[in-house]
Amino acid sequence: MTDLFSKFDPLIEQRATLLATGVRDPFSLVMQRVLSPTEAICNGKHTILLGTYNYMGMTFDADVIAAGKAAFDDFGSGTTGSRVLNGTFSPHKDCEEALKEFYDRKYAMVFSTGYQALLGPISTLAGKGDYIILDIDSHASIWDGCRMGDAEVVPFKHNDIEALEKRLKRVPEGAHKLVVLEGVYSMLGDVAPLKDMVRIAKAHGAMVLVDEAHSMGFIGEHGRGVAEDQGVIDDVDFICGTFSKSVGTVGGFCVSNHPKFEILRLVCRPYVFTAAPPPSVVASAAVSIRKLMHGGNKRAHLWENSKRLHAGLKSLGFQLGTQTPQSAIIAVIMPDLERGAMMWEALLDEGLYVNLARPPATPANMTLLRCSLCAEHSAEQVGEIITRFERAGKKAGILAA
Amino acid sequence: MTERADTYKSICDAITPFNKKGVALSETTTFAGDLEWDSLTVMDFVAEIEDTFDIIISMNMQAEIETVGQLTDAVIKLKASPVAEGREK
Ligand SMILES: Cc1ncc(COP(=O)(O)O)c(C=O)c1O
Repeated sequence: MTDLFSKFDPLIEQRATLLATGVRDPFSLVMQRVLSPTEAICNGKHTILLGTYNYMGMTFDADVIAAGKAAFDDFGSGTTGSRVLNGTFSPHKDCEEALKEFYDRKYAMVFSTGYQALLGPISTLAGKGDYIILDIDSHASIWDGCRMGDAEVVPFKHNDIEALEKRLKRVPEGAHKLVVLEGVYSMLGDVAPLKDMVRIAKAHGAMVLVDEAHSMGFIGEHGRGVAEDQGVIDDVDFICGTFSKSVGTVGGFCVSNHPKFEILRLVCRPYVFTAAPPPSVVASAAVSIRKLMHGGNKRAHLWENSKRLHAGLKSLGFQLGTQTPQSAIIAVIMPDLERGAMMWEALLDEGLYVNLARPPATPANMTLLRCSLCAEHSAEQVGEIITRFERAGKKAGILAA
Repeated sequence: MTERADTYKSICDAITPFNKKGVALSETTTFAGDLEWDSLTVMDFVAEIEDTFDIIISMNMQAEIETVGQLTDAVIKLKASPVAEGREK
């Protein structure tokens, strides 16, 4: 008998086959206690966290927590309403002020999640007859934004400047264009050639939206991201991002200098038709964002961690997603899902949590162990991480024993 | 050769390097069913066709194209007027 669930049978079977090999389910981990940005009790075991995107370690910052507690007391536990009705409290406006200061932009909009902060502007800005030109390896929130809108959607090969330019040239005369790029691509941790891409997009009269989810707070002179680092931030029309990584809470945003930007508050469905984030969350985010502006030392340490881990894993013989460390993400390429899951479990047994990523979320159908470093990882922890990778790699047969 | 026959032949030539199973091609050959292409192959092939004919085939258009014949018609139409289907005047 078939029903609406029948289409999921191949996935159900793939999971059953994987679990039948005896590996633990990589997608049902529970943390019983979180001790710090870098340590937790996972399945009863003391574990170093290396897959949380908590890049700047703000989740346990005393000021961030204090601001959230104060907002709980002053504004209650939730907003019970949309941003455009009863859901905008002064902490939401203050958080938008913090974003304007951080990015040095005139306008900022806070959404309930980063997913919605991409879904909303992309689906709303590009309408019928307009063209969205995007990298084929774009995040799901970008693809879903394309699917939700009515624009013509034209992908180009990952990080391929020439492929982007060719497509821009072929867009029919007079059609409006939105080019959507990311600063850091989170699967392999590679950085986009924004300098050339933004220049070319502008030369063809396109608007540019950059998702800086994985660069906020530590790439670029002021931590504004890859567009800042490559000197093209003033040509980027919209920067979108999330509070769920460096900021250490939950929520998303879009900032811009476009004089008509504010109208998006009325037309962006993922902004209008959902409740505003709780006041405690945005109050924490505002403090965190302002602290990130002065995070120079932490940034430097995060880069040291990234370089050290990349070099250590490379010298052990692991195959990595990038030849050089380009961001705080280091992806370790696994031969297949089964051995990837085995390696993931062996690492967990060693007391190390990394992110398992598998097709279809990954480029070229790769299975990846994604490691994301934190500015709060100590040099000793990074050394310990490398040792644990070596032991687990031998146990799982990824490295020669 | 007519323009259509020309275009059809160029498309068949472009398919050849991607036709790993050596499936015999006709107007009704389907990309997903007969050629069994996955999304990565489709992307590379579409890029090849776009470069050959200097056109854009958006994802929206790709969704409507299942067979070699339909692709031939779509390419001819796009070459004549590069404006997307469904665009309001
Ligand atoms: C590139 C990118 N964009 C957007 C998002 C969505 O952010 P959020 O987790 O706040 O929904 C994420 C992360 O999940 C991401 O990696």
